[in-house]
Amino acid sequence: MNPKRNREEKLFRILMVAALVLVFASLAGIILVVAMKGLASLNLSMIIETPKGGYYLGKEGGIANAIVGSLYLVTGATILAFLISLPVALALQKEYIGRRAAAITRLVLDILWGTPSIVYGAFGFVIMVYLGIRASLLGGIIVLTLLMIPIMARAMDEAVRLVPFELKEMAYAMGATRVETTLAVVFRQALPGICTGVILAFGRGIGDAASILFTAGYTDEIPTSLMDPVASLPLAVFFQAGTPVPEVQARAFAAALILLAIVIIVNLIARLLGWRFSKHIVR
Amino acid sequence: MAHIQIQQLRVSYGSLPVLNDINLEIPDRQIVAIIGPSGCGKTTLLKSMNRLLDLNEDVSVTGSILLDGVNIYDPAMDVTCLRKRVGFLPQRPYPLPMSIFENVAFGPRIHGLSVLSAGGGGKQAEKSLVEHYLRLAGLWDEVKDRLDEPAAKLSIGQQQRLALARVLSIEPEVILADEPTSALDPVSAKLVETQFKLLKENYTIILVTHILRQARRLADYIVFLYMGDLIEHKPAAVFFSAPDDEKTKAYISGEIS
Ligand SMILES: Nc1ncnc2c1ncn2[C@@H]1O[C@H](COP(=O)(O)OP(=O)(O)OP(=O)(O)O)[C@@H](O)[C@H]1O
Ligand SMILES: [Mg+2]
Repeated sequence: MNPKRNREEKLFRILMVAALVLVFASLAGIILVVAMKGLASLNLSMIIETPKGGYYLGKEGGIANAIVGSLYLVTGATILAFLISLPVALALQKEYIGRRAAAITRLVLDILWGTPSIVYGAFGFVIMVYLGIRASLLGGIIVLTLLMIPIMARAMDEAVRLVPFELKEMAYAMGATRVETTLAVVFRQALPGICTGVILAFGRGIGDAASILFTAGYTDEIPTSLMDPVASLPLAVFFQAGTPVPEVQARAFAAALILLAIVIIVNLIARLLGWRFSKHIVR
Repeated sequence: MAHIQIQQLRVSYGSLPVLNDINLEIPDRQIVAIIGPSGCGKTTLLKSMNRLLDLNEDVSVTGSILLDGVNIYDPAMDVTCLRKRVGFLPQRPYPLPMSIFENVAFGPRIHGLSVLSAGGGGKQAEKSLVEHYLRLAGLWDEVKDRLDEPAAKLSIGQQQRLALARVLSIEPEVILADEPTSALDPVSAKLVETQFKLLKENYTIILVTHILRQARRLADYIVFLYMGDLIEHKPAAVFFSAPDDEKTKAYISGEIS
């Protein structure tokens, strides 16, 4: 190999390794810092109790309201977003809406994806005021759903697009209808990618504070109905980190640690599922 | 047994004409080979016969193809029924993303065939159906102990026979095969060829091939296409011993390919 090609090879290796290291280091760094600052205040009552003294300021009790609240919010939103995103992604196949309409839809989804979540929050708030709905679990779920749809639908769409046309042609050639082809072939083949889409959207949903700031409201209690206001982990972090009290700030890191743990666990479960689902994939 | 008649068929992709005025009557219960140089329109002609061409967006088809006297390009035609009667075996045997068993059961399920079969449906009837078609395709002995495994794990040669089992499972009257052995090793190719010879008792088989020797070995009837034109079609023996057209002679002798 001549020296120039050799240098090229080396340079690229260095670049790639450096970039990879940065990726791993950033996750490790985040976990480390959050754990160092939050681990001291993390205890069982943090997880199972609701805050004492109101607005997390009592330095006592826990953030069960925010944990359960976030799980309520994001579970509801993930389910709703899935029910909407999957048909959208499947409809984007050319045998349904055609290339032109699909391109336009993708543009719309990408713009929605790029829209800041605070805008979703403000939009949701305006609509809720107009309809006379209070900030509530329902409001939060709806706004989060809207926030999650573009990312979920586009990720699923990319997975659906990767299904080889010849594979679909096989099913059509056997006399399958569009629905049969879509469910038996496209859905199955794209299933791991569809899982990834759900996870990406879940991640965006559970970590987002701005969209639910005005729409989900705040409470120290665990909501018992869709119309109750609801607390959430990102806002628990935000409010507590914003206080001047060091003990409360430390509890913000404990809340962040819990949020991080949920994200990691859900991702691992999803990987496991995705791996099982990929058994029948045709390459 | 379905009878196919092609009348004044013209196909173009966008503004590119690919088939010009094809008139052809397909003899029944024979192996018909469509031969011709690459790009002459063999696949297109084959796919026109079960309307797989419809899946291309910018394709336009004029003329008619009669299946037992009924024009398959009639807007009232039920395409799923048509494709059930005229099965298709592709060049590359994509297995469906499911188990070996489900690959063969898929067709009967969507067309409700296992319900009609002996035993009145149910799991047992489906099992015997799947076994029956895997045997027909000469694959049963190799897969009988691993029916629940992903079909994608099979070798290419096995996948092609699985594809054959899948086509047979919808109980078609005609089988269209697009270079069914081109992706296969010689042994697997021989296996598939053997299956075809057995199958022609009951099916009309239309086979695209660019291997002249294969056409000689297998075909009873030859259709020769050249740049979108139907040059010559006649019984294989006559075609190879006494071709009429200069282009045919040149193609058989290997001067054009
Ligand atoms: N989807 C398509 N869009 C546009 N043009 C196409 C399409 N499919 C085929 N063609 C063109 O139509 C012509 C005939 O193609 P076809 O696939 O029928 O040829 P073939 O005889 O099967 O060739 P081969 O032996 O290489 O498989 C070729 O010129 C090809 O480029
Ligand atoms: Mg071809």
